[in-house]
Amino acid sequence: MSGPDYGEEHEQLRRTLRGFVEKEITPFVEAWEEAESFPRALYQKAADIGLLGLGFPEALGGTMSDPFATIVACEELARSGSGGVAAGLMTHTIAIPPIVALGSDELKERVVKPVLRGEKIAALAITEPSGGSDVANLRTTARKDGEHYVVNGSKTFITSGMRSDFLTVAVRTGGPGMGGVSILVIDGDTPGLDRTPLKKMGWWASDTATLYFDDCRVPVTNLVGDEDQGFFGLMLNFNHERLSIAGTAYAFAKVCFDEALAWAQERQTFNKPLIKHQVIRHKLVDMATQLASTKAFLEHVARLLKAGEQPVAEICMLKNTATRCMEYCAKEAVQILGGAGYIRGQKSERIYRETKVLAIGGGAEEIMKELAAKQLGW
Amino acid sequence: MKILVTVKRVTDYERKVKISPDGLSLVTEGMNFVPNPFDEIAVEEALRLQKAHGGEVVVISIGHKDASKEIRQALAMGADRGIHVIAEELDPDAVARLLMKIVEEEKPELVIMGKQATDDDANQAGQLLAGYLGWPQATFASKVEGLDSEAEKAQTPGVVIAGGEATVIREIDGGLETLKLKLPAIVTTDLRLNHPRFASLPGIMKAKKKPIKEVPVASFGVDITPKVRNVKYAEPPARKAGVKVADVAELVNKLKTEAKVI
Ligand SMILES: Cc1cc2nc3c(=O)[nH]c(=O)nc-3n(C[C@H](O)[C@H](O)[C@H](O)COP(=O)(O)OP(=O)(O)OC[C@H]3O[C@@H](n4cnc5c(N)ncnc54)[C@H](O)[C@@H]3O)c2cc1C
Repeated sequence: MSGPDYGEEHEQLRRTLRGFVEKEITPFVEAWEEAESFPRALYQKAADIGLLGLGFPEALGGTMSDPFATIVACEELARSGSGGVAAGLMTHTIAIPPIVALGSDELKERVVKPVLRGEKIAALAITEPSGGSDVANLRTTARKDGEHYVVNGSKTFITSGMRSDFLTVAVRTGGPGMGGVSILVIDGDTPGLDRTPLKKMGWWASDTATLYFDDCRVPVTNLVGDEDQGFFGLMLNFNHERLSIAGTAYAFAKVCFDEALAWAQERQTFNKPLIKHQVIRHKLVDMATQLASTKAFLEHVARLLKAGEQPVAEICMLKNTATRCMEYCAKEAVQILGGAGYIRGQKSERIYRETKVLAIGGGAEEIMKELAAKQLGW
Repeated sequence: MKILVTVKRVTDYERKVKISPDGLSLVTEGMNFVPNPFDEIAVEEALRLQKAHGGEVVVISIGHKDASKEIRQALAMGADRGIHVIAEELDPDAVARLLMKIVEEEKPELVIMGKQATDDDANQAGQLLAGYLGWPQATFASKVEGLDSEAEKAQTPGVVIAGGEATVIREIDGGLETLKLKLPAIVTTDLRLNHPRFASLPGIMKAKKKPIKEVPVASFGVDITPKVRNVKYAEPPARKAGVKVADVAELVNKLKTEAKVI
């Protein structure tokens, strides 16, 4: 870490997170991945060091930070080699920002604070079986009935969907299109809410669920912001979420590179270390090249965000650059590791299975391109 | 209770240290520095005692101007304020005599120090300070219940303070020894005293506003001319590659004839 963008507090944050990940996460990753879960106690521990509160207002129990702190957090969390643990542990970073920005004081007190204390788990539910990219056309309905909304429909691919205590759910309260979308906080124990787990290619340690809402009665006080204005609230989130995805993708690419480099220096074939074969060291240079350019782009966008700009087109392009960098580095790392790269226990094997989720979630690659094009006025 | 804790800036134990070509010093260029791990244990112990007994925790570092970072780290863990004596690399005797001046001014009831620093492993400053002050000392403080114990999970201090006395369990060759010291006293920490906490993010932000008093070394009027001179640094001899043995008999034979250990 160097340069004017990172100060002493970033360095201390890195040190704390590195120690935390080494002590509380990395030794257990294999077991948690196989068990397809990690202990709830980890949320509490992450709250104690301030990780869950990173970037949230102090009044709610958080610590304000800047985009460079986000990058540091992404890098350090990735060192465990499990995207699933990071995704599960940090789902609140997509679930609670709309409440922080637009929610009532009562919701902040009852939902945000316990989540940042690590006592409760929050998840965000936007995607539906009928589609995730086209958010404006979501079909889950919330019909007002006195002091309640009656919610019907379903959501799918929801991270922490199985065990979340609170769900930030995008619903249709009005007419078609983005103008009819609202955000509701739905308690995990609401009658009529059913959840089923999903098995996935990667991210095993995080649970992913389909949710069914069958006449769920949700108090109107659980509405986040104004009725029919929810689409705007959901969009608020995306800059930060996509910066985090880009930071995470970059960080996992780096983990693959580090593993491949160490392997290439150690492993002997034809009487010399792998790295002494030109083909292999050129692969490593290609990986390092992509890493360097991705990092430069990442920090450029972080600088724009820090200056208060809303560089939407750049963020879309950054997300695609970073996820491609990760796909490339994971693919090449597995190749350099050879058969060992295909066997469980190597970080690159797991990360290889975790590439697609970052290229699809939080706005798929194709959607990012279209959004960038629109922003550029094409 | 006022507790003074010392924190030394040392080379990162996870990085390989390089020796300068003339063998007279270590290469600091590009080196990463961290707080001495034993000192982090000292800070942790001080914070636990403060939680139990109230008072103030003051962190002192004597060294390079960048050692303010190591002080800041201790403040981020929860200590209240810092004193930074800016100086070049000193020997343990000079450090002890400077600390004596600070102790005389601050008048703490307890000074907690690491048993040694992981860079030069001298293991002297605490003992020398106790000697100069004429205070009782307990070195190598440890936790009787161990680091996997419920007591450690509950973040109980290993050093027990009661009735103007400190009870310290210390590691000795044959096992554990219990010492009772009249306060004020010096305690130095061993590895098995506690698990130091991580500096939390809110702690890191709060530490930015906590005061660190900078004092030039010259202002103490202490003669810091080194009594110890470093003659030469050398790397330990490189380890030879291992050999594979076919069976136990060959192993025993090699241990007898080549390694000559049995
Ligand atoms: C492990 C995992 C965790 C997830 N966690 C969450 C979560 O916590 N909360 C949540 O709400 N969602 C979550 N998602 C869902 C994710 O956000 C969606 O999968 C994503 O938005 C894409 O939606 P979709 O799967 O319905 O694909 P679709 O929208 O059906 O798209 C399918 C493909 O077609 C492309 N496509 C769609 N429309 C166009 C177009 N107009 N032009 C060109 N190409 C197009 C897409 O880019 C994609 O490649 C998660 C997904 C996964 C895999």
